[in-house]
Amino acid sequence: MEEFADLLEALVYTRSRNEKLRLIAEYLRETHDPDRGWALGALTDGLDFKAVKSSTVRNLMQDRVDPVLWKLSRDFVGDTAETTSLLWPEPLGDVAPAPTVSEAVAALSAMTRNTAPTELPKMLDRLDPSGRYALIKLATGGMRIGVSSRLAKVAFAQAFEVSVDDVEEYWHALEPPFEELFAWAADGADPPDTENIPLFRPFMLAHPLEETRVDLSDYAAEWKWDGIRVQLVHVAGETRVYSRSGDDISATFPEMVSALDRPAVLDGELLVRGDMQGGEEGGAASFNALQQRLGRKTVSKKMLSESPAFVRLYDVLSWDGEDRRGLEWEKRRGVLEDLVPKLLDSHFDLSQLVEARDFDHLAEIREGTRDAAIEGLMLKKRDSLYIPGRKTGLWYKWKRDPLLIDAVLMYAQRGSGKRSSFYSDYTFGCWDGDPDEGAELLPVGKAYSGFTDAELKKLDRLVRQTTLNRFGPVREVERTLVFEVAFDSVHTSKRHKSGLAMRFPRIHRIRWDKPVHEADRIESLKALIKD
Amino acid sequence: MAAPFSWIKPDPHGIYIPPADCWIDPSRAVDKALVTHGHADHARGGHGKTVATPETLAIMELRYNTRENTRPVGYGETVRLDGGVDATYIPAGHVLGSAQILLEHAGDRVVVTGDYKRRPDPTCPAFEVTPCDIFITEATFGLPLFTHPPIEDEMAKLLSRLDAHPDRCVLVGAYALGKAQRVIAELRAAGHTQPIYLHGAMEKMCRLYEEHGVDLGELRMVMDHDKDDMRGHIVVSPPSALNDRWSRRLPDPITAMASGWMRVRQRARQRNVELPLVISDHADWGELTRTIQEVDPHETWITHGREEALLRWHQLHQRRARALAMVGREDEDE
Repeated sequence: MEEFADLLEALVYTRSRNEKLRLIAEYLRETHDPDRGWALGALTDGLDFKAVKSSTVRNLMQDRVDPVLWKLSRDFVGDTAETTSLLWPEPLGDVAPAPTVSEAVAALSAMTRNTAPTELPKMLDRLDPSGRYALIKLATGGMRIGVSSRLAKVAFAQAFEVSVDDVEEYWHALEPPFEELFAWAADGADPPDTENIPLFRPFMLAHPLEETRVDLSDYAAEWKWDGIRVQLVHVAGETRVYSRSGDDISATFPEMVSALDRPAVLDGELLVRGDMQGGEEGGAASFNALQQRLGRKTVSKKMLSESPAFVRLYDVLSWDGEDRRGLEWEKRRGVLEDLVPKLLDSHFDLSQLVEARDFDHLAEIREGTRDAAIEGLMLKKRDSLYIPGRKTGLWYKWKRDPLLIDAVLMYAQRGSGKRSSFYSDYTFGCWDGDPDEGAELLPVGKAYSGFTDAELKKLDRLVRQTTLNRFGPVREVERTLVFEVAFDSVHTSKRHKSGLAMRFPRIHRIRWDKPVHEADRIESLKALIKD
Repeated sequence: MAAPFSWIKPDPHGIYIPPADCWIDPSRAVDKALVTHGHADHARGGHGKTVATPETLAIMELRYNTRENTRPVGYGETVRLDGGVDATYIPAGHVLGSAQILLEHAGDRVVVTGDYKRRPDPTCPAFEVTPCDIFITEATFGLPLFTHPPIEDEMAKLLSRLDAHPDRCVLVGAYALGKAQRVIAELRAAGHTQPIYLHGAMEKMCRLYEEHGVDLGELRMVMDHDKDDMRGHIVVSPPSALNDRWSRRLPDPITAMASGWMRVRQRARQRNVELPLVISDHADWGELTRTIQEVDPHETWITHGREEALLRWHQLHQRRARALAMVGREDEDE
């Protein structure tokens, strides 16, 4: 455990990506199986111990530290694992030596809800603060060390000089401690067998277009749909639906599982039919309608009939048992256009190409669209192969310009992780009438991005200096500051007092100059609703 | 009869003593000020009269140009103020010249600590426990998670990192008054005899410490040297210079920071620190609570810091306490 704790400690204080890769690769080379595989599982958030959750750890602390002091400490640190590691009372008398990673994993796996409260403390007693931190992170996830699961895989590939695309490919067929993967990469064993498993293939991703202009003879344009990106995989009689991050969401969309019954790997946007929310008849509803169906483990019949899902296909990775990723986009598009008519038309359609004379014409078309289900345009290089990840110059996303309103800062809350102790989450409001005639501000949304570190410090200072009330980690502030808030869309909502909910609100500009009574009114926001 | 202790009045801008018409550590210019130590959130220029230790007055002359109408008071010395108030200056162990001020009036005793710590510090005399009725304390690190490790451990961490990278330098961010000199003196105590390089803003304060008898060994200025001279050496700068363009003149610096806040990982990350050194000139949680038990006052008043947690501790230990909500006293240790 000490080596793993040292690795986490080193990673947290390392800014450079290359140095992070070097640290992880070195650990993976120098550590034995299965410790290194468990560590890799932890770095990629792939471990799950049923009986040990963040709440288990919190409950342990309730018995050891005064609840008020715990709360104040947790609030300051911004992380339960770290707070616990610092506040854990040092054991009296002799303790056993620190456990190895495998020993810790075995113990964590064996714990039940009944035994965890007595077994977990025994493990924590055997560790120093840095080891306690590592153990809790291993058990509960949420590392916050600036290492994505992609970075960990790249480090793995670097450690053993194998291709990261191969690693990604095999990854989803395997589970921690990944012994087959290490055997293949480190010892030259045969690669893991993935033939008959409905595997997730890493997605090809797009860069924002920003200032780039492209030639439409090299790039094809498609609508960018405002749903969720999915991959449908059918192999050996089994269908899976995967989300963008590779999570299996088949149970959430059972109608899609039964809709595909031939060998295929398809890439498209999952949407729900829109007539219920007042969208175009039979067309795609806004994201708000889809949102009702996300994150459910089981789905009611009512939901299935009122908001049925369908997938708008835009790419094909494999068809009739043949891998098509090595074909150019244009060829794959041909395959796709041929195959869509063979699928259930109630559950699949084809994402249409957008025809334009030239780039400026395309820009006009993008400006002109008001369909709620369209988020913007995609530009795909006609000769691009299906390459996992985000390779520059192949695919671009060109989002519609965001909507903007001016709103007033009302409440601020402390952030987590890197921003712990800074007031970095802001609730802002709009006027419910004429502010000069006694109108009030109603909260309309919350944003925690879109500002620089320097601006964050300035905002943090303003919050501390203009606090009116404190409610735990939240401070109510004097109404002095206007934010220009950018957002993708706004919807009706019963959850908020203003009756509105914004999608993807973020701070666009801080209007230090603007008087608060010039901020927008609720009614202007309501005019933008497109449910 | 006046209410008990009506002769001492906490105010957001400092502590006011009505019978003496005099303030302690006021944050704005006043006619008469008693100053505990030279940090900017306690000391400032422009007072009609300033009463402080000779070391603090020297620091204030350097920093705030305070020259006239000063009254030096040595440790253990008592000055009689107007209205029958006696003020005695007692070591606080925080930085050079730092003092607690014991106020006595009509049989009541009040101690104002300013900032303090209980760990040994080669640059100033140790804190002295002074029994009193009201103990007015800081609480900068007033959360139970703050335990400052022994400074020897932090020095060992720093020196081993330096040894491992003979082609680089270790740049230590340290507050220019107090922390920087303490770190240098502790490095000397740990046997590090190599020259130490300084950011320009550090020079005068280091010289002032030397004039007051603190041996800092051989100091060199970064501006007088080439990149290559500094390879394998320690450079000390104010924290604000750590990520500044200034540091580009250094040979591939490893960024370290000496602060009590470094105990919390994400705090260190916020400052882009690669080598956090948990070194503080303030009392940690254990020191704060032990000090209050030793002083055993009738009541504790808390000037600034994490006062909520320290209030809670008082409640749990059936002691009386109140928070004063002083302005502008946040996070001076940064």
